[in-house]
Amino acid sequence: MNALRRRVRGLTPALKRRTRRLTFPLKRRSRGLTLAQQKAMTGYLFSAPFILGFIFFFLAPFLQAIAFSLNNLVIVAGGYELVYNGWENFRYALFVDAEFVRVFVETLVKMVVEVPSIIFFSFFSALLLNQRFRGRLLARIIFFLPVVMTSGVILTMETGDYMSQLLEQTNTSAASVLVGPLLYSFLMQLKMPREILVYVITVVEHIPEVIRASGIQILIFLAGLQSIPTALYEASRVEGASAWQTFWMITMPMMSPIVLANVVYSIIDSFLSPANALVMYIRDTAFAGAGFGIGTAMGVMYFAAVTIVLAIVVWIVSRWVFYQE
Amino acid sequence: MLAPAQRVKGTVLSRSRLRSILRRLSEVSLAVFRLVLIIGISYIILFPILTKLSSSFMARKDLVDQTVKWIPKNFTLDNYRLAVQTLRFPTVFKNSAFLSLLVSILQLCSSTLVGYGLARFDFRGKGLVFGAAIFTLVVPPQMIMVPLYLNWRFFDLYGLIPGKGIRLLGTYWPFVLTSITGTGLRNGLFILVMRQFFRGMPKNLEEAAYVDGASPLMAFFRVMLPGATSAAVVVFLFAFVWQWNDSFLTTLYLDSNFLPVALGNLTRTLARELEMNHPQYFSLIVNAGSLLMITPVLVVYGLLQRYFVESIERTGLVG
Repeated sequence: MNALRRRVRGLTPALKRRTRRLTFPLKRRSRGLTLAQQKAMTGYLFSAPFILGFIFFFLAPFLQAIAFSLNNLVIVAGGYELVYNGWENFRYALFVDAEFVRVFVETLVKMVVEVPSIIFFSFFSALLLNQRFRGRLLARIIFFLPVVMTSGVILTMETGDYMSQLLEQTNTSAASVLVGPLLYSFLMQLKMPREILVYVITVVEHIPEVIRASGIQILIFLAGLQSIPTALYEASRVEGASAWQTFWMITMPMMSPIVLANVVYSIIDSFLSPANALVMYIRDTAFAGAGFGIGTAMGVMYFAAVTIVLAIVVWIVSRWVFYQE
Repeated sequence: MLAPAQRVKGTVLSRSRLRSILRRLSEVSLAVFRLVLIIGISYIILFPILTKLSSSFMARKDLVDQTVKWIPKNFTLDNYRLAVQTLRFPTVFKNSAFLSLLVSILQLCSSTLVGYGLARFDFRGKGLVFGAAIFTLVVPPQMIMVPLYLNWRFFDLYGLIPGKGIRLLGTYWPFVLTSITGTGLRNGLFILVMRQFFRGMPKNLEEAAYVDGASPLMAFFRVMLPGATSAAVVVFLFAFVWQWNDSFLTTLYLDSNFLPVALGNLTRTLARELEMNHPQYFSLIVNAGSLLMITPVLVVYGLLQRYFVESIERTGLVG
């Protein structure tokens, strides 16, 4: 197995060396730039739209928003005025506002519980849906339905749906009567650490939410699974690898960049979903409550928290990611 | 003399048959396990849609009838008729479809280009640009909402365009400009997806193109782009669905003549036009309306799904 991996990895540098030797003198003669410079220019060309858009439609408003959070926004005739009041907005959000800190912590905890289970579930589902069986098309269509349902109005309306509430009520009670005690007593017998127990129970309680939140992740994983060259699988079969070995030696390394993308996506999705309690709270504060300055200050703090969590997770996961280069 | 040989042959035969039976058994049990799992998950996913579907055909009488749970007794299409009428469905549908198609195609173009640039070329500040793409994702849109609104109200690109500033609100320009520059709704995610996809693609393909004398642009359009169909379809689908379902930006920049906004206001519109207030009855009509909204996306998804599965196998990239 290791021989195979070495062979697959070893193939690319050799090819690279050969092609560079071939193209390098040709390119230099045709233009005044070295290949590296030429490649850099092309890179700028490809990313130019985003660089421009980022500066004008993102960075500038972002800096303005930070300025707003340090000021008191007063609406005057024909526009608005900023009255500087330093850290007052932040102080108010953290120490005076009764709800903000509680909602903030709850949102973070919810994310920590949900994201790992979403990743595991969606990876598992993608493997399942990648197999050949009768009715696969139908199963795929159903599994991706949440993609259509998750965002926007439909989601907020779900809670207000009279019929759904009525049916869900009878449903959950039946489920909790049957599954609840059985599961708890089973877990108790396993004598696991309390923290893991609590986590497992919370995850089990969140199963419908997790399933409905993983449509896009399944889609990304499935696209990734299909992009793995079949030649790799054939080679491993020739070398006599078992399905278990093939999974860990080929599927996992090839999927690791996609896992990273999915982890980042899931974190962001759970942070920015319109059904997120904190997002709703910030919006209400800005428009119906304490005013736009305080709302923006809360937004800035929320943004800082998102950034820190993402940076830590990406740093941990990316050390394990394998790139076929 | 022949007996032992026959016996040996017999046991060999039965052993191999036993093995094949065992294999068959494990296959069957795996299939059953898979089936149960898939049906269970499907039920959880389909539950809210099924309730919507069943109640959208119910008449008002069925609401108070205790015996009616799933199958309506008085089957009616009145809810759909009312929903289409109150939503002004044809107009609103046309607006939403045009905007979503425009935005998703532009976002697909920009994110493919930028993603490829970030995946394959080394240039100074590449890490910074990639960081910026992630950055656009983690900033809550609520945070930059008011500055952006003011920008589109008096659009002068921060003084770069002379004059008092053009009013771009109420036009499609805010959507076009942000989509084409990769800063639209969750566009950073699409850039990330495309970049990850291109990075995962074997470099040998492009290098073969370079050896044959192709320029980087040609290598991109002739070799890499056809290979990226499955990722492109995924990005297009997301962009379309999000724009289709988005009510936040459409109300901010445009008006309420779009499907999600109109649907969100449906209860209020009904109360005004029918001059009564009956939340439970209205929820039937809202269910009909939301099914009308989901159906087009399902159709788009159904069409692309087939293509999505085939795309990789057809390009000849694999193998």
